[in-house]
Amino acid sequence: MSSAPGDIVRFDNVGLRYGTDREVLSDVSFTLYPGSFYFLTGASGAGKTSLLKLLYLAQRPSRGVVSMFGTDTVTLPRSRLPGFRRRIGVVFQDFRLVPHLSAYDNVALPLRVSGVREDDLHMPVSDMLDWVGLSERAQARPASLSGGEQQRVAIARAVIGRPELLVADEPTGNVDPEMALKLLRLFDSLNRLGTTVVVATHDVHLLRKVPESLIMRLDKGRLSDPTGALRYPPRREPVPGSQAVP
Amino acid sequence: MRKPPLPAKGAVTGNKRFRGTRAAQLVPDARLAGPMPWVIAIMIALTVIAAAGGLALSNLVSDARADLAGGVTVQIVEASAPERDAQVRRAARVLEQDSAVRAVRIVPEAELEALLEPWLGAGVQNEAVPMPALIDLRLRGSADAATLQRLRGKLREVAPAARLDAQSAWLGPVFSAITSLLWLAAALVVLLAVTSAAAVWLAARSALGGNRPTIEIVHLLGGTDSQIARIFQRSVAFDAMLGGAVGLLLGLAAILLLGQQFARVDSGMVAGGGLHWQDWLLLAAVPLCGVGIAVLTARLTILAALRRML
Repeated sequence: MSSAPGDIVRFDNVGLRYGTDREVLSDVSFTLYPGSFYFLTGASGAGKTSLLKLLYLAQRPSRGVVSMFGTDTVTLPRSRLPGFRRRIGVVFQDFRLVPHLSAYDNVALPLRVSGVREDDLHMPVSDMLDWVGLSERAQARPASLSGGEQQRVAIARAVIGRPELLVADEPTGNVDPEMALKLLRLFDSLNRLGTTVVVATHDVHLLRKVPESLIMRLDKGRLSDPTGALRYPPRREPVPGSQAVP
Repeated sequence: MRKPPLPAKGAVTGNKRFRGTRAAQLVPDARLAGPMPWVIAIMIALTVIAAAGGLALSNLVSDARADLAGGVTVQIVEASAPERDAQVRRAARVLEQDSAVRAVRIVPEAELEALLEPWLGAGVQNEAVPMPALIDLRLRGSADAATLQRLRGKLREVAPAARLDAQSAWLGPVFSAITSLLWLAAALVVLLAVTSAAAVWLAARSALGGNRPTIEIVHLLGGTDSQIARIFQRSVAFDAMLGGAVGLLLGLAAILLLGQQFARVDSGMVAGGGLHWQDWLLLAAVPLCGVGIAVLTARLTILAALRRML
C-alpha cells in the first residue's frame, strides 16, 4: 500500500511491540497531510515516543503498513532508508547533539551527510544559527550551552535540511515556559513554509498556541480519533479555543 | 517571528562524499589508538620474519635441488688399491663416453682424506683403513632411475666394485624436512594474518560501541552505512600504516641480524638460503597487505554491526 496523493504519512492498523512484550502501539491508523501542524499528546508511557520512532524511521512496526512520501517504508530495503530520513527532521527530547562538535558543526552535520560542499554550507549554517539566536555561540560545545540553547541547536539541525516532515519529541520538556513559547514559534514559522510538523507534548497549554493544529491523542498505545479527522480529515480543523502564537 | 532562513531545495544535497577530516572528527574515538598500532607492528614484524624464513628456505631448497639434480656419485669399494685404481680408470673412461654424462671428475685421494679427517684423523694410511675411490659425475639431465640403471649396467662390466647413487637421494630427507619448515612458515604467515584481522575486529567493534550514540544520530540524519564505515576505515588505515611501518623496520632489522649470523656459518647449503631482490619486494609488500587486511576487516566489521541497527 502507498500513500494517497496529497498525504505525506499514512499509518494503517499499525502495531508495535518490543520483543515478546505486549504491544506498545495497537491498531494505529492516521494520515498526515503536507503543511499541517499536529500535536501528539498522551500520558507518559502512552506510546508517544514509539510512534515518533516509527515516524522518523528509527523503528519498523511489528504489523500494519507505514507509508511515507508515497512509499511503503515497512518493506523498503534498508539501503534506501537514508534517502527517506534526509526528508525528515527530528528534534529529540534529550537533544542528542554530538558532544564533541561545536554548535556550528552540529547544525552543519545534515548538510555534510547529504554531500554539500564546505564552501556551500557556511552561509546556510550561519543564517540558521542566527535565526535561532545563537550566532554568538557558534563555536560553543553543547556542554557549555544551556538547555534552551541546546534545544535551539537541535531545532536548527533538524530544519536546515529543509525537511518535509519535522518530528519533535517533547521539545519543550526541558525548557522554561518562555523558552517553550519561543521554540513553538520556530516550529510554527517553519510550518508556515510548508513543512508538516508533529510535536509530541504533554503540555496542554501549548495546544492552544497554534491555530489550525490537529491533536493526536494516544492512550495506552491506541490513537483516539473519535471523529475520524486524523484518518480522513475533511479539512484542517482548528484546535478549539486555540489562539495564534503571539 | 521572522521566517527561517531555509536554504534552497537544491542546496541541501550535494555530491561530495562525507569523508576526510570533517567526517573523522565526528567519531574521534574511532582511532584504534592505545596499543593497537603496536599490536599491528608486532604482527607485521613476526610476519616479515616468518615470510623471510620461508623465502630463504625455499631458495635454499631450489638452489640445492638445482645443484644436485644431475649429480651422481660413483664409489669403487675395493680393498686392493691397484685393482681399485684400475676400476676407477675403466669406469671413468666408460662414463665419459656416455651421452647422458656432462662431466666426470675423479675425486683426488687428498680431497678424500680431507673429507674423512674429522672422523679418522690426519695421516691415516690407505692400507690401514681402505677408503673407496669416488667419481663425481654431472649428468646433462636429472639423475632419473632409468639413467642410473643404464649406467649401473655399463659399470658392472668394467668395474664390478662400483656403486652408483644419485646425490639428490642422499639429501631427500633433508629436503623433506626443509619443505615441512616451509609449510610451517606459510602457516605462520596465515595465522598471523588471521590474528591481526581478529585484533582489528575486536578493536573496531569496541570503537563502534564507544561511538554508538553519535553513529545513531548520523544514521537518523540520513547517513549511510558506507559513510560511517569509511570514517572507521580511515582511522584503521592510519593506525595500520603506522604499525606496518614500525613492524617492517623491526622485521627487517631481525632478518639482517639473523642473516649476518648465518653468513658466519661456513656451509655451502646455508649459503644458498639468501634472499633475492624479488624476495625483498615481497617482504616490503607485507605491511601493505597488513593495511589492506586491517581496512577490509574494519569495513566488514562495521558494516555487519550497522546492519543490526535499522
